[in-house]
Parts: sequence; C-alpha cells; structure tokens
Amino acid sequence: MAGVDVMNRTFQRVTVILISLLALPAAAEAHLTGTGLGPFYDGVMHFFLSPEQIIPVLALALFAGLRGKRSSRIALFLLPGAWLVGGLAGLARPVAGQFTALACFSFLVLGALVASDAQLQPRYVAGLTFGFGLALGYVHGSDLSTTSVGALGLLGTASSIFVLVALAAALVTSLRMPWTRIVVRVAGSWIVAAGLLLLGWTFHSNAPKLPSQSTATEQRHSVPK
Amino acid sequence: MKSRRTAFLLAAMLWPAMAWAHAEGGRAEGFLAGLHHPISGLDHILAMVSVGLWGAQLGAPAIWLLPVTFPVVMAFGGMLGLMGIPLPGVEIGVALSGILLGLAVLAEWRPPLWAAAVVVGMFAIFHGHAHGTELPAGASGMLYSIGFVIATGLLHGAGITSGLVHRWNWGRWALRFSGAVVALAGARFLWQVLT
Repeated sequence: MAGVDVMNRTFQRVTVILISLLALPAAAEAHLTGTGLGPFYDGVMHFFLSPEQIIPVLALALFAGLRGKRSSRIALFLLPGAWLVGGLAGLARPVAGQFTALACFSFLVLGALVASDAQLQPRYVAGLTFGFGLALGYVHGSDLSTTSVGALGLLGTASSIFVLVALAAALVTSLRMPWTRIVVRVAGSWIVAAGLLLLGWTFHSNAPKLPSQSTATEQRHSVPK
Repeated sequence: MKSRRTAFLLAAMLWPAMAWAHAEGGRAEGFLAGLHHPISGLDHILAMVSVGLWGAQLGAPAIWLLPVTFPVVMAFGGMLGLMGIPLPGVEIGVALSGILLGLAVLAEWRPPLWAAAVVVGMFAIFHGHAHGTELPAGASGMLYSIGFVIATGLLHGAGITSGLVHRWNWGRWALRFSGAVVALAGARFLWQVLT
C-alpha cells in the first residue's frame, strides 16, 4: 500500500511539474519589430508596405489588364521573374541611395499609360514589364541587401507580385461595361498625379523620404546579419 | 438556417481587427496630412465638388474627363509650388475658380469639351500651387502625395455622385441652386482676398 502511495505521490508531482512547465509563459514577442515574420513573409510585408513598389506593380497590372488577356498573361509571369532577376542582382551588387527618381518615373510613365489607355501591342507590354521589373527589382534587392531577409524575402516579394498582378489584371480584363474601364483610367490619372507631386517633393527643401526608408520594419532589418 | 447565419454574423463581428498600436514614424503623419489637406479649406472643397457637379451636368465624356484633368493638372501646380516656382495671383485664381465653376453649374454652361477641360485645368493649377506651397514640413513625400490625390479624387467623386440627380427635374434645379451657392461663396472668398 505504501508503495502505491509513493507511486501516486510521484505521479501527482510529475503531473504538477509537467503542467507547470506547459503553463510556463514563453516570451510574448508582441512586437514584430523584434522577431519579424520570417524572411519570406518579411519580404511579403516589405512589398505591401512600400508604396513606391506596390503602386508601379499595380499600374503595370492595370495596364496589362486594359490591353487584354495576352498582355495580362505576359505580365503575370514576366514581372515576378524580372523582379526576381533584378532583385538577385541587387542583392549581389547593391547600390546605396534613395530611388525617388525611379519611383517618380515609374509613377508618371505607367500611370500615364493607364490613364491614356495606350494601345500598345503585347510585345511592347512585355518590354515595359521586363524593364520596370528589372529596375524596380534591382532597387528592391539593393534595399534588402542591408537586411537579414535575403533571397527568401525576395521570393516572398515575387510571390506577392504574382498574386497582385493575377488579381488586378484578371479583374480589369473581365471588365465589360465602358464606364468600369474609365474608372481604371481614372486610377491611372491618380498615379500620374501622385508622381508629379512626388517629383515636386524631390526639389522641395524638405527632402522626401520613401516610406520604406523610414519604417520600423526597415530599422529592424538594418540590424547587422 | 437562420441560426447558422446568426452564428456566422456573430463570428464575423467578433473577428479581431488588427490593433495597429504603433504608428510608424512619419507614415501616418504623411498620409493623413495629405488626405486632410484638400479638405482643410472650404474654397478648395467647393471648387473640387463643383468640378464633379459640372461634369455630371455635361454628361459623358466630360463626366470622366474633367475629374481626370483636374487632379493631374492640380498635381502639376502642386509640383510647381513645391519647387518654389512662383505663380502670381494664386489666391485670386482660387477664389475666381469658385465663382466661375459655380456660375457654370448655375447656368448649365455647355462649352466644347476642350474648352471645359482648359477652364478646369487652368483653375486646377492655382489650387495645386496653393496646396504645394502650404505643405507641412517633415511629412513623408510619397504618402503625403498619395493621400492628397485620393482626397481630391474622392471630392470629385462626391461631386459626380451628387450631380447624378441631374436626371430628375428637381435635381437639375437643386444642382443649379448649389452652383449659385458655390458662386456666392467664391465671391466672398474673392472679397476676402482683395480686402
């Protein structure tokens, strides 16, 4: 009987210890600036929190959608691919600096193409997509080279671009009512307007900062590898 | 079936939203400042809504062309203001825009499309320049610009949507009345500028 009691007490003690261990609170890590979401999802978040990257991609997707199914399919695969190639080049040979000029240029050109519903053939859409994808990807890669995100983060960004282009271009391609296409063109004019204002900011005494260069996410990423 | 729908609704209502407890430095300030700036002055609001009202009166394609022209040309004016390029008589131009756009709505003026675009574009430069020179220090340029353009576009949208009452007889009169109100307000702004 005494042996059974000892067994029961031991069992109770072990149970209490196990429950206590299970109930032991881990570090809350409430602030993602300390932990991040992991390299892949950090790349995703970096893209969605950077207007200078997401807006040109959206504009390209809208433009490809306006130009029809073939152009949309080209943009869907070419843009993430070119971004990835450019990004890897940026990671390998980064350049420092603010890329406000590229952001302005992409806003103005791509916004104007959407606003004017420019009748470009698919091969020109492909050229534009490749060129902008490469340039924006290179800047993005250079940006990521100062962080611990690396190539996996770039893959997250490229995946986000694929999803965004798929959704936006498919939506625009499916539009049939004339006024709905005009709404897309109005969105293009807004992008041009934002580009013009951004251009003004570059010459303003209060020099502009691109959002991704001032965020907490960036500050976290800037921790040495 | 009903209880299942109620359960779904309750679950949707209880779905936790993001707390967004930490506004990142410079971001919210830039976007919100940009969003707020076009609606910070009644003279600007009235002019931008009037563009939408006039576009609705003129019908297609002006209903779309004018609200596309205005933000782009206004942004051009804003760019000039930001660059420090002076433009004489900005405040007079802003006040005059209220008067003329209000009168255009009041009279249901139907000029050729290009003339309407020129009128709207000309006044947009004044509005943009005024905004460009008044920009707050230290804001994030890009987010500010985006907020600014969105607010301007939404004001046009409000004008266009209100202007859709034009299809009814009472709506036409209501629009003309609002045009008169805008013109009178513009005259008051002009008086304030000149005195």
